[in-house]
Amino acid sequence: MEAAQLKAKIISNKQLKCNYWHLEFDSGIIAKNALAGQFIEIKVNNGIDPLLRRPISIHSVSGTKVKLIYEVIGKGTQILSERKPGDFLDVIGPLGNGFEYKWLTKKLDNRKTILVAGGMGVAPLVFLAGKIKFYRPLVLIGARKKEQVLCSQEFKALGCKVVTATDDGSLGFKGRVTDLLKGFLSENQKTGKPEHIYACGPQPMLKAVVQISCENNIASQLSLETHMACGFGACLGCVVSTKSGYKRVCKDGPVFMGKELIW
Amino acid sequence: MVKHTKPNLSVNIGNLVLKNPVMVASGTFGYAEEFSCLLDLKRLGAIVTKTITIKPRHGNLPPRTCETPAGMLNSIGLENPGIDNFIKNKLPFLKKLGIPIIVSIAAEDDPGEFYILVGQLDKISAVSAIELNISCPNMQKNILISQDAKETSALVSSVRKLTRKCLITKLSPNVTSISDIALAAQDAGSDAVALINTLSGMSIDVHKCAPRIGSWVGGLSGPAIRPVAVKMVWEAYNKIKIPIIGMGGIMDIDSALEFFFAGSTAISVGTANFINPGVSLEIISGLEKYMTDNGILNLNNITGKLKACEDLAR
Repeated sequence: MEAAQLKAKIISNKQLKCNYWHLEFDSGIIAKNALAGQFIEIKVNNGIDPLLRRPISIHSVSGTKVKLIYEVIGKGTQILSERKPGDFLDVIGPLGNGFEYKWLTKKLDNRKTILVAGGMGVAPLVFLAGKIKFYRPLVLIGARKKEQVLCSQEFKALGCKVVTATDDGSLGFKGRVTDLLKGFLSENQKTGKPEHIYACGPQPMLKAVVQISCENNIASQLSLETHMACGFGACLGCVVSTKSGYKRVCKDGPVFMGKELIW
Repeated sequence: MVKHTKPNLSVNIGNLVLKNPVMVASGTFGYAEEFSCLLDLKRLGAIVTKTITIKPRHGNLPPRTCETPAGMLNSIGLENPGIDNFIKNKLPFLKKLGIPIIVSIAAEDDPGEFYILVGQLDKISAVSAIELNISCPNMQKNILISQDAKETSALVSSVRKLTRKCLITKLSPNVTSISDIALAAQDAGSDAVALINTLSGMSIDVHKCAPRIGSWVGGLSGPAIRPVAVKMVWEAYNKIKIPIIGMGGIMDIDSALEFFFAGSTAISVGTANFINPGVSLEIISGLEKYMTDNGILNLNNITGKLKACEDLAR
């Protein structure tokens, strides 16, 4: 479905915890057309500072509501966090390609699909978990500390099994989420390996996920995050190296097959 | 009864007739496909394609763009599919729009590549005009053709012999005197000049102590460069007679009018396409309204209005 530029009314815009915010806006068109893994481009204000739109993953949709989770990290997201319910947001979306999940076998086995989220990477994976909840995916969430573990309740409410890892050990496994993934795969070698790994998070984490999935011969899909100028394929600014040359994260991604990427 | 006559927005650039003077700048609009769901492309005055070279180009190392105060830096490096792929896979879509298509071209190593490209494009009726991109700052070259009046003159006069299609020469602002280069392009037979290309720039991430784009240096665009661009249009307007296509940080009708008043016959919207894809259509409507409100029937009465006002005051 093609993207549209529209003015969408903010329903709510609240701080979740730490620097993480949760924003809901009303757009029947985007809610209806959005696929898990797609994103939108927001103009946070009317001025020229900041100049560019901000790309943000769609976290979930319900009815005509579109939900986002974002981290306040710079001027753009700071301004976004100050926008009030009732304001209209200038939005383009939905953009990019979503996750592919139609090929999953229809077995009720929660060991067949693993979602690996690092930090803000939970955002598109919640949307995906909603779409594939029938398979009861295992969700591994990594964060620096307990306070930064996001959305575990949402995943659980969808019937997913959730295991967390924190760098400081303040919640769950102490260490990296990719070590958790490695451990899980070696423990479950005999019970059959998963069919698919979906991941979103910081680049070093994604790189490790690809390495682990390749070593175990498991297909992986990653949602990449990068700075973008346009967000809809025109500027060729947000490219990544793949086995078939440079690809635009915004238009050819943001979801890529792990084995396609060159790091 | 007051008689309302609709203002005439059409302009001529060489033998090219535009129904309105608002086009989209090369490199900011791809080959238009990406924009088809975001605005009615048929309403644009013209589309200038992303620059084409003979062979496909992969482009520069990412990251290729970064945001700067009221602007952005880019170093895409002329990524493009090459002329044959362009003609086969991109031109059919553009042709269907029924509006003038201006194909931007560049040489990678040898200026002679321009002759080959022009020779090929000259035969294609769907190509309304050719823009000579002799000002791309992202080719890792020490000096660009448009940074030297003699080289500009030599290239334009050679190309002029190869085609009767409208020729537009795109100029770099990274020069000592833009009007000297514009004059050289005019005297060599260019039908129009397009200015300005991006300003050479650099930005450093101080937390990482690293350049913010992969090729370190890139081209600055957006409202940050607008005053520089307006001044250069003004300078060129005072020295040349051929039409100027003005551009550099146009974001809305007021900034578009600045370029007309300074001396532009037509304008190009660039970076603003990334932020507000429908902005060109807003500018067309704004222009119509401005002319209607001020009783102006013809665009000639806006082009160079600043000079006309100044002359009147003397």
